[in-house]
Amino acid sequence: MAELTEELSRVKAEEPGVPSRDVRVHPNPEPSPASRTGTPTVIVDDLHIIYRVYGAATEAEKGNAANALLRLLKRQGRPQMKEVHAVRGVSFVAHHGDAIGIIGRNGSGKSTLLRAIAGLLPPHSGAVYTDGQPSLLGVNAALMRELTGERNIVLGCYAMGMNPTQVREKFDDIVDFSGIGEFVQFPMSTYSSGMGARLRFAIASAKAHDVLLIDEALATGDREFKRKSQQRIKQMRDEAGTVFLVAHNLDVIEETCNRVIWLHKGKIKMDGDPETVLAAYNKV
Amino acid sequence: MSQPESATADAQAGGPSVGTPTTGQEPLAKLAERYGLRRAIARPSLPVYLRQLWERRHFVMTYATSRNVSKYSNSALGQLWQVLTPMLNAAIYWLMFGVILGANKGSVSEYYPAFLITGMFVFTYTQRAVSGGAKSISGNLSLIRALHFPRAALPLAYTIQEFQQLLISMGVLVALVLATGESVTWFWLLIPVALLLQTMFNIGASLALARIGSTARDLNQLLPFIMRTWLYASGVFFSIGDKVSSPSGAGLPQWVADVMYFNPAAAYIELMRELLIAQHETRPYIWLVCVFWALFALIGGFWYFWRAEEKYGRG
Repeated sequence: MAELTEELSRVKAEEPGVPSRDVRVHPNPEPSPASRTGTPTVIVDDLHIIYRVYGAATEAEKGNAANALLRLLKRQGRPQMKEVHAVRGVSFVAHHGDAIGIIGRNGSGKSTLLRAIAGLLPPHSGAVYTDGQPSLLGVNAALMRELTGERNIVLGCYAMGMNPTQVREKFDDIVDFSGIGEFVQFPMSTYSSGMGARLRFAIASAKAHDVLLIDEALATGDREFKRKSQQRIKQMRDEAGTVFLVAHNLDVIEETCNRVIWLHKGKIKMDGDPETVLAAYNKV
Repeated sequence: MSQPESATADAQAGGPSVGTPTTGQEPLAKLAERYGLRRAIARPSLPVYLRQLWERRHFVMTYATSRNVSKYSNSALGQLWQVLTPMLNAAIYWLMFGVILGANKGSVSEYYPAFLITGMFVFTYTQRAVSGGAKSISGNLSLIRALHFPRAALPLAYTIQEFQQLLISMGVLVALVLATGESVTWFWLLIPVALLLQTMFNIGASLALARIGSTARDLNQLLPFIMRTWLYASGVFFSIGDKVSSPSGAGLPQWVADVMYFNPAAAYIELMRELLIAQHETRPYIWLVCVFWALFALIGGFWYFWRAEEKYGRG
Protein backbone atom coordinates (compact mmCIF):
# COMPACT_ATOMS: atom_id res chain seq x y z
CA MET A 1 0.00 0.00 0.00
CA ALA A 2 2.65 2.45 1.03
CA GLU A 3 4.80 1.58 -1.96
CA LEU A 4 1.93 2.17 -4.30
CA THR A 5 1.29 5.54 -2.77
CA GLU A 6 4.90 6.51 -3.12
CA GLU A 7 4.86 5.53 -6.72
CA LEU A 8 1.71 7.50 -7.32
CA SER A 9 3.15 10.56 -5.74
CA ARG A 10 6.24 10.31 -7.88
CA VAL A 11 4.12 10.06 -11.01
CA LYS A 12 2.24 13.15 -9.98
CA ALA A 13 5.37 15.06 -9.12
CA GLU A 14 6.80 14.44 -12.56
CA GLU A 15 3.86 15.88 -14.36
CA PRO A 16 4.22 19.18 -16.15
CA GLY A 17 2.84 22.03 -14.14
CA VAL A 18 -0.34 23.75 -15.10
CA PRO A 19 -0.10 27.32 -16.36
CA SER A 20 0.97 29.44 -13.47
CA ARG A 21 -1.55 31.66 -11.80
CA ASP A 22 0.57 34.21 -10.08
CA VAL A 23 -2.10 36.78 -9.50
CA ARG A 24 -3.16 36.64 -5.89
CA VAL A 25 -6.76 37.66 -5.73
CA HIS A 26 -7.04 37.81 -2.00
CA PRO A 27 -7.42 41.44 -0.98
CA ASN A 28 -5.33 41.61 2.17
CA PRO A 29 -1.64 40.93 1.72
CA GLU A 30 0.01 38.76 4.30
CA PRO A 31 3.58 38.05 5.39
CA SER A 32 5.41 35.28 3.58
CA PRO A 33 4.45 31.79 4.76
CA ALA A 34 7.93 30.89 5.97
CA SER A 35 8.05 33.67 8.53
CA ARG A 36 4.87 32.54 10.17
CA THR A 37 5.14 28.79 10.20
CA GLY A 38 3.94 27.44 13.50
CA THR A 39 1.58 30.20 14.54
CA PRO A 40 -2.02 29.12 15.04
CA THR A 41 -4.29 29.89 12.11
CA VAL A 42 -7.41 27.95 13.02
CA ILE A 43 -8.56 27.24 16.55
CA VAL A 44 -11.62 25.09 17.10
CA ASP A 45 -12.88 25.34 20.65
CA ASP A 46 -15.37 22.73 21.90
CA LEU A 47 -17.45 23.01 18.76
CA HIS A 48 -20.99 21.64 18.61
CA ILE A 49 -23.03 21.78 15.44
CA ILE A 50 -26.68 20.84 15.41
CA TYR A 51 -28.62 20.63 12.19
CA ARG A 52 -32.35 20.93 12.08
CA VAL A 53 -33.88 18.48 9.67
CA TYR A 54 -37.48 18.84 8.61
CA GLY A 55 -39.84 16.16 7.48
CA ALA A 56 -37.74 13.28 8.77
CA ALA A 57 -40.67 11.11 9.76
CA THR A 58 -40.08 7.83 11.56
CA GLU A 59 -42.14 4.67 11.30
CA ALA A 60 -44.57 5.74 13.98
CA GLU A 61 -45.31 9.15 12.55
CA LYS A 62 -46.20 8.86 8.88
CA GLY A 63 -46.45 12.11 7.05
CA ASN A 64 -50.15 12.40 6.39
CA ALA A 65 -52.32 15.34 7.28
CA ALA A 66 -54.38 13.63 9.97
CA ASN A 67 -51.31 12.53 11.85
CA ALA A 68 -49.76 15.95 11.44
CA LEU A 69 -52.82 17.49 13.04
CA LEU A 70 -52.79 14.95 15.86
CA ARG A 71 -49.14 15.61 16.57
CA LEU A 72 -49.77 19.31 16.51
CA LEU A 73 -52.57 18.92 19.03
CA LYS A 74 -50.60 16.65 21.29
CA ARG A 75 -47.22 18.29 21.34
CA GLN A 76 -47.86 21.77 20.12
CA GLY A 77 -44.44 21.89 18.58
CA ARG A 78 -43.06 21.41 15.13
CA PRO A 79 -43.17 17.67 15.23
CA GLN A 80 -41.45 16.88 11.97
CA MET A 81 -38.32 18.64 13.05
CA LYS A 82 -35.41 16.46 14.01
CA GLU A 83 -32.16 17.66 15.40
CA VAL A 84 -28.99 16.06 14.16
CA HIS A 85 -26.02 16.55 16.41
CA ALA A 86 -23.40 16.38 13.68
CA VAL A 87 -20.33 17.67 15.54
CA ARG A 88 -20.11 16.99 19.26
CA GLY A 89 -17.44 18.92 21.03
CA VAL A 90 -14.43 19.08 18.74
CA SER A 91 -11.33 21.03 19.81
CA PHE A 92 -8.01 21.41 18.07
CA VAL A 93 -5.48 23.98 16.98
CA ALA A 94 -4.16 24.15 13.42
CA HIS A 95 -0.93 25.96 12.66
CA HIS A 96 0.47 27.80 9.71
CA GLY A 97 1.93 25.38 7.19
CA ASP A 98 -0.24 22.51 8.33
CA ALA A 99 -1.98 20.26 5.86
CA ILE A 100 -4.58 18.46 7.90
CA GLY A 101 -6.46 15.47 6.62
CA ILE A 102 -9.87 14.71 8.06
CA ILE A 103 -10.97 11.11 7.83
CA GLY A 104 -13.92 9.15 9.07
CA ARG A 105 -16.89 7.20 7.88
CA ASN A 106 -19.83 8.63 5.99
CA GLY A 107 -21.85 10.82 8.30
CA SER A 108 -19.11 11.26 10.85
CA GLY A 109 -19.33 15.04 10.54
CA LYS A 110 -16.35 15.72 8.28
CA SER A 111 -18.06 18.03 5.82
CA THR A 112 -19.97 19.73 8.60
CA LEU A 113 -16.77 20.45 10.48
CA LEU A 114 -15.26 21.86 7.32
CA ARG A 115 -18.22 24.16 6.77
CA ALA A 116 -18.04 25.32 10.36
CA ILE A 117 -14.35 26.18 9.98
CA ALA A 118 -15.25 28.10 6.85
CA GLY A 119 -17.71 30.08 8.95
CA LEU A 120 -20.64 28.90 6.87
CA LEU A 121 -22.44 26.96 9.57
CA PRO A 122 -23.17 28.72 12.83
CA PRO A 123 -22.01 26.72 15.87
CA HIS A 124 -24.58 25.62 18.39
CA SER A 125 -22.01 26.14 21.09
CA GLY A 126 -18.27 26.58 21.16
CA ALA A 127 -16.41 28.63 18.58
CA VAL A 128 -14.07 28.59 15.63
CA TYR A 129 -11.35 31.22 15.52
CA THR A 130 -9.50 31.85 12.29
CA ASP A 131 -6.82 34.05 10.85
CA GLY A 132 -8.21 35.50 7.64
CA GLN A 133 -11.13 34.06 5.82
CA PRO A 134 -11.09 30.30 5.24
CA SER A 135 -12.64 29.33 1.95
CA LEU A 136 -14.30 26.16 0.86
CA LEU A 137 -13.17 24.99 -2.54
CA GLY A 138 -16.39 24.61 -4.47
CA VAL A 139 -18.81 26.83 -6.29
CA ASN A 140 -21.49 24.39 -7.46
CA ALA A 141 -24.31 25.89 -5.46
CA ALA A 142 -24.06 29.24 -7.23
CA LEU A 143 -24.24 27.88 -10.74
CA MET A 144 -27.44 27.49 -12.75
CA ARG A 145 -27.92 24.54 -15.05
CA GLU A 146 -30.09 26.40 -17.53
CA LEU A 147 -27.43 28.98 -18.23
CA THR A 148 -24.56 28.74 -20.67
CA GLY A 149 -21.07 27.86 -19.50
CA GLU A 150 -19.97 31.42 -20.19
CA ARG A 151 -22.60 32.95 -17.95
CA ASN A 152 -21.88 30.40 -15.27
CA ILE A 153 -18.18 31.21 -15.28
CA VAL A 154 -18.96 34.88 -14.71
CA LEU A 155 -21.60 34.10 -12.10
CA GLY A 156 -19.33 31.65 -10.27
CA CYS A 157 -16.41 34.06 -10.20
CA TYR A 158 -18.58 36.85 -8.80
CA ALA A 159 -20.03 34.45 -6.24
CA MET A 160 -16.50 33.74 -5.03
CA GLY A 161 -15.97 37.45 -4.58
CA MET A 162 -13.97 38.47 -7.62
CA ASN A 163 -14.31 41.86 -9.26
CA PRO A 164 -14.94 42.43 -12.99
CA THR A 165 -11.25 42.88 -13.82
CA GLN A 166 -10.34 39.59 -12.16
CA VAL A 167 -13.20 37.84 -13.92
CA ARG A 168 -11.96 39.06 -17.29
CA GLU A 169 -8.42 37.96 -16.43
CA LYS A 170 -9.46 34.49 -15.33
CA PHE A 171 -12.10 33.79 -17.93
CA ASP A 172 -9.85 32.32 -20.63
CA ASP A 173 -7.84 30.36 -18.07
CA ILE A 174 -11.00 28.75 -16.79
CA VAL A 175 -12.20 27.81 -20.26
CA ASP A 176 -8.78 26.42 -21.18
CA PHE A 177 -8.39 24.46 -17.99
CA SER A 178 -11.84 22.93 -18.16
CA GLY A 179 -11.14 21.83 -21.72
CA ILE A 180 -14.79 22.03 -22.72
CA GLY A 181 -14.01 24.14 -25.80
CA GLU A 182 -16.96 25.57 -27.67
CA PHE A 183 -19.41 23.86 -25.34
CA VAL A 184 -18.89 26.93 -23.18
CA GLN A 185 -21.62 28.58 -25.25
CA PHE A 186 -24.18 25.86 -24.50
CA PRO A 187 -26.30 25.58 -21.39
CA MET A 188 -24.73 23.50 -18.64
CA SER A 189 -27.78 21.23 -18.67
CA THR A 190 -26.55 19.87 -22.00
CA TYR A 191 -23.14 18.91 -20.60
CA SER A 192 -22.13 15.39 -19.80
CA SER A 193 -21.54 14.84 -16.10
CA GLY A 194 -17.79 14.82 -16.69
CA MET A 195 -17.85 18.12 -18.56
CA GLY A 196 -19.97 19.72 -15.87
CA ALA A 197 -17.60 18.54 -13.16
CA ARG A 198 -14.61 19.85 -15.10
CA LEU A 199 -16.11 23.28 -15.54
CA ARG A 200 -17.16 23.47 -11.88
CA PHE A 201 -13.68 22.53 -10.76
CA ALA A 202 -12.08 25.00 -13.15
CA ILE A 203 -14.21 27.83 -11.78
CA ALA A 204 -13.75 26.85 -8.13
CA SER A 205 -9.98 26.59 -8.39
CA ALA A 206 -9.52 29.94 -10.11
CA LYS A 207 -9.12 31.75 -6.81
CA ALA A 208 -6.27 31.63 -4.31
CA HIS A 209 -6.97 31.27 -0.60
CA ASP A 210 -5.30 31.77 2.79
CA VAL A 211 -6.92 28.88 4.56
CA LEU A 212 -8.14 26.36 2.07
CA LEU A 213 -10.75 23.74 2.77
CA ILE A 214 -11.04 20.94 0.24
CA ASP A 215 -13.90 18.50 0.33
CA GLU A 216 -13.47 15.10 -1.26
CA ALA A 217 -14.49 14.07 -4.74
CA LEU A 218 -13.36 17.29 -6.36
CA ALA A 219 -11.00 15.65 -8.76
CA THR A 220 -13.49 14.09 -11.10
CA GLY A 221 -13.73 13.58 -14.79
CA ASP A 222 -11.64 11.41 -17.05
CA ARG A 223 -8.18 10.15 -16.25
CA GLU A 224 -6.38 13.02 -17.84
CA PHE A 225 -8.47 15.66 -16.12
CA LYS A 226 -8.07 13.87 -12.82
CA ARG A 227 -4.32 14.25 -13.03
CA LYS A 228 -4.64 17.85 -14.14
CA SER A 229 -6.94 18.72 -11.25
CA GLN A 230 -4.81 16.95 -8.67
CA GLN A 231 -1.90 19.01 -9.90
CA ARG A 232 -3.96 22.14 -9.48
CA ILE A 233 -5.00 21.16 -5.96
CA LYS A 234 -1.40 20.57 -5.08
CA GLN A 235 -0.49 24.00 -6.35
CA MET A 236 -3.30 25.57 -4.36
CA ARG A 237 -2.11 23.72 -1.27
CA ASP A 238 1.33 25.17 -1.71
CA GLU A 239 -0.06 28.69 -2.02
CA ALA A 240 -2.38 28.46 0.94
CA GLY A 241 -1.17 28.83 4.52
CA THR A 242 -3.22 26.04 6.04
CA VAL A 243 -5.08 23.30 4.24
CA PHE A 244 -7.86 21.01 5.41
CA LEU A 245 -8.54 18.04 3.23
CA VAL A 246 -11.53 15.75 3.59
CA ALA A 247 -11.16 12.54 1.66
CA HIS A 248 -12.03 8.88 1.68
CA ASN A 249 -9.00 8.16 -0.42
CA LEU A 250 -6.41 7.54 2.27
CA ASP A 251 -3.55 7.54 -0.22
CA VAL A 252 -4.19 11.19 -0.97
CA ILE A 253 -4.24 11.97 2.75
CA GLU A 254 -1.07 10.05 3.45
CA GLU A 255 0.68 11.68 0.56
CA THR A 256 -0.23 15.27 1.30
CA CYS A 257 -0.99 15.74 4.97
CA ASN A 258 1.33 16.18 7.93
CA ARG A 259 -1.47 15.64 10.42
CA VAL A 260 -4.64 13.58 10.40
CA ILE A 261 -7.80 14.02 12.44
CA TRP A 262 -10.06 11.02 12.67
CA LEU A 263 -13.70 11.90 13.28
CA HIS A 264 -16.14 9.33 14.54
CA LYS A 265 -19.78 10.18 15.16
CA GLY A 266 -18.99 13.85 15.52
CA LYS A 267 -16.09 13.48 17.94
CA ILE A 268 -12.36 13.35 17.43
CA LYS A 269 -11.34 9.78 17.83
CA MET A 270 -7.71 10.38 17.11
CA ASP A 271 -5.48 13.28 16.18
CA GLY A 272 -1.88 12.86 15.25
CA ASP A 273 0.67 12.15 12.55
CA PRO A 274 -0.57 10.35 9.44
CA GLU A 275 1.18 6.99 9.99
CA THR A 276 -0.22 6.44 13.46
CA VAL A 277 -3.75 7.59 12.75
CA LEU A 278 -4.06 5.88 9.39
CA ALA A 279 -2.69 2.65 10.83
CA ALA A 280 -5.30 2.74 13.58
CA TYR A 281 -8.02 3.71 11.13
CA ASN A 282 -7.17 0.84 8.82
CA LYS A 283 -7.34 -1.63 11.69
CA VAL A 284 -11.03 -1.09 12.43
CA MET B 1 -16.17 -0.03 14.69
CA SER B 2 -15.78 -1.41 18.20
CA GLN B 3 -15.30 0.82 21.16
CA PRO B 4 -12.48 -1.06 22.97
CA GLU B 5 -10.27 -0.80 19.93
CA SER B 6 -10.86 2.88 19.64
CA ALA B 7 -9.89 3.31 23.25
CA THR B 8 -6.55 1.65 22.63
CA ALA B 9 -6.10 3.76 19.56
CA ASP B 10 -6.54 6.87 21.64
CA ALA B 11 -4.02 5.64 24.12
CA GLN B 12 -1.51 4.84 21.41
CA ALA B 13 -1.88 8.17 19.74
CA GLY B 14 -1.40 9.95 23.02
CA GLY B 15 -3.05 12.92 21.41
CA PRO B 16 -4.98 15.58 23.20
CA SER B 17 -8.00 14.53 25.15
CA VAL B 18 -10.73 14.32 22.60
CA GLY B 19 -14.44 14.88 22.45
CA THR B 20 -14.43 17.02 25.55
CA PRO B 21 -13.42 20.61 26.04
CA THR B 22 -9.78 20.95 26.91
CA THR B 23 -9.23 21.89 30.49
CA GLY B 24 -6.15 22.40 32.54
CA GLN B 25 -4.18 24.19 29.83
CA GLU B 26 -4.58 27.64 28.40
CA PRO B 27 -8.18 28.10 27.29
CA LEU B 28 -8.43 28.04 23.52
CA ALA B 29 -10.34 31.31 23.46
CA LYS B 30 -7.37 32.99 25.22
CA LEU B 31 -4.96 31.41 22.76
CA ALA B 32 -7.04 32.72 19.88
CA GLU B 33 -7.01 36.18 21.39
CA ARG B 34 -3.26 36.09 21.90
CA TYR B 35 -2.66 35.36 18.23
CA GLY B 36 -5.29 37.80 17.03
CA LEU B 37 -7.60 35.21 15.55
CA ARG B 38 -11.20 36.17 15.04
CA ARG B 39 -14.38 34.18 15.23
CA ALA B 40 -15.07 32.57 11.88
CA ILE B 41 -18.70 33.54 11.95
CA ALA B 42 -18.89 36.85 13.72
CA ARG B 43 -21.40 39.42 12.55
CA PRO B 44 -19.65 42.44 11.06
CA SER B 45 -20.60 45.90 12.21
CA LEU B 46 -23.27 47.66 10.20
CA PRO B 47 -20.91 49.96 8.22
CA VAL B 48 -18.58 47.04 7.43
CA TYR B 49 -21.55 44.98 6.41
CA LEU B 50 -22.77 47.70 4.07
CA ARG B 51 -19.32 47.96 2.53
CA GLN B 52 -19.13 44.20 2.02
CA LEU B 53 -22.54 44.30 0.38
CA TRP B 54 -21.38 47.08 -1.92
CA GLU B 55 -18.31 45.04 -2.86
CA ARG B 56 -20.62 42.23 -3.87
CA ARG B 57 -22.77 44.40 -6.11
CA HIS B 58 -21.58 42.59 -9.24
CA PHE B 59 -22.64 39.30 -7.78
CA VAL B 60 -26.04 40.69 -6.85
CA MET B 61 -26.62 42.08 -10.33
CA THR B 62 -25.32 38.99 -12.13
CA TYR B 63 -27.32 36.70 -9.89
CA ALA B 64 -30.52 38.66 -10.50
CA THR B 65 -29.99 38.75 -14.28
CA SER B 66 -29.05 35.08 -14.37
CA ARG B 67 -32.20 34.11 -12.54
CA ASN B 68 -34.28 36.12 -14.98
CA VAL B 69 -32.52 34.57 -17.97
CA SER B 70 -32.78 31.02 -16.66
CA LYS B 71 -36.44 31.50 -15.79
CA TYR B 72 -37.58 31.52 -19.41
CA SER B 73 -34.72 29.58 -20.96
CA ASN B 74 -36.78 26.44 -21.46
CA SER B 75 -39.64 28.09 -23.32
CA ALA B 76 -39.73 28.51 -27.07
CA LEU B 77 -40.52 32.21 -26.94
CA GLY B 78 -37.74 32.77 -24.42
CA GLN B 79 -37.30 36.30 -23.12
CA LEU B 80 -40.44 37.42 -24.97
CA TRP B 81 -42.36 36.08 -21.99
CA GLN B 82 -41.04 38.93 -19.91
CA VAL B 83 -43.36 41.17 -21.96
CA LEU B 84 -46.09 38.62 -22.65
CA THR B 85 -46.70 37.69 -19.00
CA PRO B 86 -47.69 41.19 -17.80
CA MET B 87 -49.78 41.74 -20.95
CA LEU B 88 -51.68 38.49 -20.46
CA ASN B 89 -52.19 39.33 -16.82
CA ALA B 90 -53.60 42.72 -17.71
CA ALA B 91 -55.94 41.14 -20.25
CA ILE B 92 -57.27 38.62 -17.71
CA TYR B 93 -57.86 41.24 -15.02
CA TRP B 94 -59.64 43.52 -17.45
CA LEU B 95 -61.83 40.63 -18.65
CA MET B 96 -62.62 39.37 -15.16
CA PHE B 97 -63.14 42.57 -13.22
CA GLY B 98 -63.93 45.06 -15.94
CA VAL B 99 -66.22 43.07 -18.21
CA ILE B 100 -67.62 40.05 -16.34
CA LEU B 101 -67.84 41.25 -12.74
CA GLY B 102 -68.56 44.80 -13.75
CA ALA B 103 -66.48 46.38 -11.03
CA ASN B 104 -66.03 49.50 -13.11
CA LYS B 105 -68.65 51.57 -11.33
CA GLY B 106 -68.33 54.50 -9.02
CA SER B 107 -65.91 57.38 -9.20
CA VAL B 108 -63.35 55.54 -11.33
CA SER B 109 -65.67 54.24 -14.04
CA GLU B 110 -64.41 56.65 -16.68
CA TYR B 111 -60.89 55.34 -16.55
CA TYR B 112 -61.39 51.90 -15.03
CA PRO B 113 -59.03 49.94 -17.36
CA ALA B 114 -56.11 52.25 -16.60
CA PHE B 115 -57.07 52.29 -12.91
CA LEU B 116 -57.10 48.49 -12.74
CA ILE B 117 -53.97 47.83 -14.78
CA THR B 118 -51.91 50.36 -12.86
CA GLY B 119 -53.00 48.90 -9.54
CA MET B 120 -52.32 45.38 -10.66
CA PHE B 121 -48.84 46.06 -12.01
CA VAL B 122 -47.74 48.07 -9.01
CA PHE B 123 -49.10 45.50 -6.59
CA THR B 124 -47.55 42.59 -8.50
CA TYR B 125 -44.11 44.17 -8.14
CA THR B 126 -44.35 44.36 -4.37
CA GLN B 127 -46.02 40.98 -4.08
CA ARG B 128 -43.41 39.15 -6.14
CA ALA B 129 -40.47 40.92 -4.52
CA VAL B 130 -41.73 40.17 -1.03
CA SER B 131 -42.66 36.52 -1.72
CA GLY B 132 -39.31 36.00 -3.45
CA GLY B 133 -37.49 37.59 -0.55
CA ALA B 134 -39.22 35.29 1.92
CA LYS B 135 -37.77 32.29 0.10
CA SER B 136 -34.39 33.81 -0.66
CA ILE B 137 -32.65 32.43 2.43
CA SER B 138 -34.55 29.20 3.04
CA GLY B 139 -34.38 28.28 -0.65
CA ASN B 140 -30.66 28.90 -1.00
CA LEU B 141 -29.23 27.02 1.95
CA SER B 142 -26.77 25.11 -0.20
CA LEU B 143 -25.40 28.38 -1.54
CA ILE B 144 -25.18 29.85 1.95
CA ARG B 145 -23.40 26.76 3.21
CA ALA B 146 -20.86 26.85 0.41
CA LEU B 147 -19.79 30.44 -0.13
CA HIS B 148 -19.07 33.60 1.78
CA PHE B 149 -20.97 36.75 1.07
CA PRO B 150 -23.17 39.13 3.02
CA ARG B 151 -26.42 37.22 3.16
CA ALA B 152 -28.42 40.36 2.43
CA ALA B 153 -27.18 39.91 -1.15
CA LEU B 154 -29.78 37.21 -1.70
CA PRO B 155 -33.00 39.05 -0.80
CA LEU B 156 -31.52 42.07 -2.55
CA ALA B 157 -30.90 40.05 -5.71
CA TYR B 158 -34.46 38.73 -5.63
CA THR B 159 -35.83 42.26 -5.43
CA ILE B 160 -33.55 43.45 -8.22
CA GLN B 161 -34.69 40.51 -10.32
CA GLU B 162 -38.26 41.70 -9.88
CA PHE B 163 -37.18 45.27 -10.56
CA GLN B 164 -35.75 44.18 -13.92
CA GLN B 165 -39.08 42.54 -14.69
CA LEU B 166 -40.87 45.67 -13.55
CA LEU B 167 -38.98 47.87 -16.03
CA ILE B 168 -40.44 45.75 -18.81
CA SER B 169 -43.88 45.74 -17.18
CA MET B 170 -43.75 49.52 -16.90
CA GLY B 171 -43.21 49.75 -20.65
CA VAL B 172 -46.31 47.63 -21.16
CA LEU B 173 -48.20 49.63 -18.55
CA VAL B 174 -47.39 52.98 -20.12
CA ALA B 175 -48.38 51.67 -23.55
CA LEU B 176 -51.68 50.34 -22.20
CA VAL B 177 -52.45 53.48 -20.26
CA LEU B 178 -51.83 55.56 -23.37
CA ALA B 179 -54.01 53.18 -25.34
CA THR B 180 -56.91 53.74 -22.93
CA GLY B 181 -56.89 57.41 -23.79
CA GLU B 182 -54.67 58.97 -21.13
CA SER B 183 -52.24 61.62 -22.23
CA VAL B 184 -48.67 62.31 -21.19
CA THR B 185 -48.31 64.92 -18.47
CA TRP B 186 -45.42 66.52 -16.63
CA PHE B 187 -46.27 64.32 -13.67
CA TRP B 188 -44.89 61.35 -15.58
CA LEU B 189 -41.43 62.67 -14.82
CA LEU B 190 -42.04 61.71 -11.22
CA ILE B 191 -42.69 58.04 -12.08
CA PRO B 192 -39.03 57.00 -11.51
CA VAL B 193 -39.16 58.63 -8.08
CA ALA B 194 -42.31 56.69 -7.21
CA LEU B 195 -40.68 53.48 -8.40
CA LEU B 196 -37.57 54.22 -6.38
CA LEU B 197 -39.63 54.68 -3.23
CA GLN B 198 -41.51 51.47 -3.89
CA THR B 199 -38.26 49.61 -4.57
CA MET B 200 -36.85 50.85 -1.26
CA PHE B 201 -39.93 49.52 0.49
CA ASN B 202 -39.71 46.20 -1.37
CA ILE B 203 -36.06 45.70 -0.46
CA GLY B 204 -36.77 46.39 3.19
CA ALA B 205 -39.83 44.17 3.30
CA SER B 206 -38.11 41.27 1.55
CA LEU B 207 -35.12 41.54 3.90
CA ALA B 208 -37.41 41.34 6.91
CA LEU B 209 -39.38 38.44 5.47
CA ALA B 210 -36.18 36.67 4.45
CA ARG B 211 -35.15 36.51 8.08
CA ILE B 212 -38.58 35.36 9.21
CA GLY B 213 -38.73 32.81 6.38
CA SER B 214 -35.31 31.44 7.27
CA THR B 215 -36.65 30.00 10.52
CA ALA B 216 -40.41 29.90 10.11
CA ARG B 217 -40.78 27.19 7.47
CA ASP B 218 -44.53 27.45 7.28
CA LEU B 219 -44.33 31.01 6.05
CA ASN B 220 -44.14 29.81 2.46
CA GLN B 221 -47.48 28.03 2.83
CA LEU B 222 -49.07 31.04 4.50
CA LEU B 223 -47.72 33.72 2.18
CA PRO B 224 -50.21 33.16 -0.67
CA PHE B 225 -53.08 33.80 1.73
CA ILE B 226 -51.42 36.83 3.26
CA MET B 227 -50.73 38.16 -0.21
CA ARG B 228 -54.31 37.63 -1.36
CA THR B 229 -55.66 39.41 1.70
CA TRP B 230 -53.24 42.23 1.05
CA LEU B 231 -54.36 42.37 -2.58
CA TYR B 232 -58.01 42.76 -1.61
CA ALA B 233 -57.21 45.27 1.10
CA SER B 234 -55.20 47.51 -1.19
CA GLY B 235 -57.92 48.66 -3.54
CA VAL B 236 -56.53 47.14 -6.69
CA PHE B 237 -59.92 46.30 -8.24
CA PHE B 238 -61.99 49.00 -6.60
CA SER B 239 -61.64 52.46 -5.22
CA ILE B 240 -61.33 52.36 -1.43
CA GLY B 241 -62.87 55.82 -1.21
CA ASP B 242 -66.05 54.59 -2.92
CA LYS B 243 -66.61 51.99 -0.23
CA VAL B 244 -67.07 54.75 2.31
CA SER B 245 -69.12 57.42 0.61
CA SER B 246 -70.90 56.07 -2.42
CA PRO B 247 -74.45 54.75 -1.98
CA SER B 248 -73.56 51.47 -3.70
CA GLY B 249 -70.58 50.93 -1.40
CA ALA B 250 -70.27 48.74 1.66
CA GLY B 251 -70.54 51.73 3.95
CA LEU B 252 -67.20 51.26 5.68
CA PRO B 253 -66.38 53.64 8.50
CA GLN B 254 -63.96 56.35 7.47
CA TRP B 255 -61.17 55.15 9.72
CA VAL B 256 -61.13 51.72 8.02
CA ALA B 257 -60.65 53.41 4.68
CA ASP B 258 -57.88 55.56 6.17
CA VAL B 259 -56.08 52.50 7.47
CA MET B 260 -56.45 50.78 4.12
CA TYR B 261 -55.06 53.82 2.34
CA PHE B 262 -52.17 53.95 4.77
CA ASN B 263 -51.06 50.40 3.95
CA PRO B 264 -47.92 50.60 1.81
CA ALA B 265 -49.25 48.71 -1.21
CA ALA B 266 -52.30 50.96 -1.45
CA ALA B 267 -50.10 54.03 -0.99
CA TYR B 268 -47.77 53.11 -3.86
CA ILE B 269 -50.71 52.13 -6.06
CA GLU B 270 -52.49 55.42 -5.39
CA LEU B 271 -49.30 57.37 -6.02
CA MET B 272 -48.75 55.72 -9.38
CA ARG B 273 -52.39 56.22 -10.37
CA GLU B 274 -52.15 59.85 -9.45
CA LEU B 275 -49.11 60.28 -11.64
CA LEU B 276 -50.34 58.27 -14.62
CA ILE B 277 -54.03 59.13 -14.72
CA ALA B 278 -54.79 62.83 -14.97
CA GLN B 279 -58.35 62.74 -13.63
CA HIS B 280 -57.61 60.44 -10.69
CA GLU B 281 -58.40 62.14 -7.42
CA THR B 282 -55.38 63.08 -5.31
CA ARG B 283 -54.99 61.58 -1.85
CA PRO B 284 -53.77 63.94 0.87
CA TYR B 285 -50.26 63.32 2.21
CA ILE B 286 -49.68 60.54 -0.34
CA TRP B 287 -46.02 61.43 -0.88
CA LEU B 288 -45.44 61.63 2.83
CA VAL B 289 -46.89 58.15 3.36
CA CYS B 290 -44.82 56.70 0.52
CA VAL B 291 -41.58 58.24 1.76
CA PHE B 292 -42.33 57.11 5.30
CA TRP B 293 -42.86 53.48 4.24
CA ALA B 294 -39.77 53.49 2.02
CA LEU B 295 -37.47 54.71 4.79
CA PHE B 296 -39.12 52.74 7.56
CA ALA B 297 -39.02 49.44 5.65
CA LEU B 298 -35.52 49.88 4.22
CA ILE B 299 -33.83 50.91 7.46
CA GLY B 300 -35.87 48.65 9.71
CA GLY B 301 -35.69 45.66 7.36
CA PHE B 302 -31.98 45.97 6.83
CA TRP B 303 -31.28 46.29 10.54
CA TYR B 304 -33.56 43.37 11.35
CA PHE B 305 -31.92 41.16 8.72
CA TRP B 306 -28.40 42.11 9.74
CA ARG B 307 -29.07 41.24 13.39
CA ALA B 308 -29.24 37.54 12.50
CA GLU B 309 -26.49 37.53 9.86
CA GLU B 310 -24.42 34.84 11.55
CA LYS B 311 -27.38 32.52 12.04
CA TYR B 312 -28.44 32.01 8.43
CA GLY B 313 -27.29 28.65 7.19
CA ARG B 314 -28.33 26.63 10.17
CA GLY B 315 -31.74 26.21 8.55
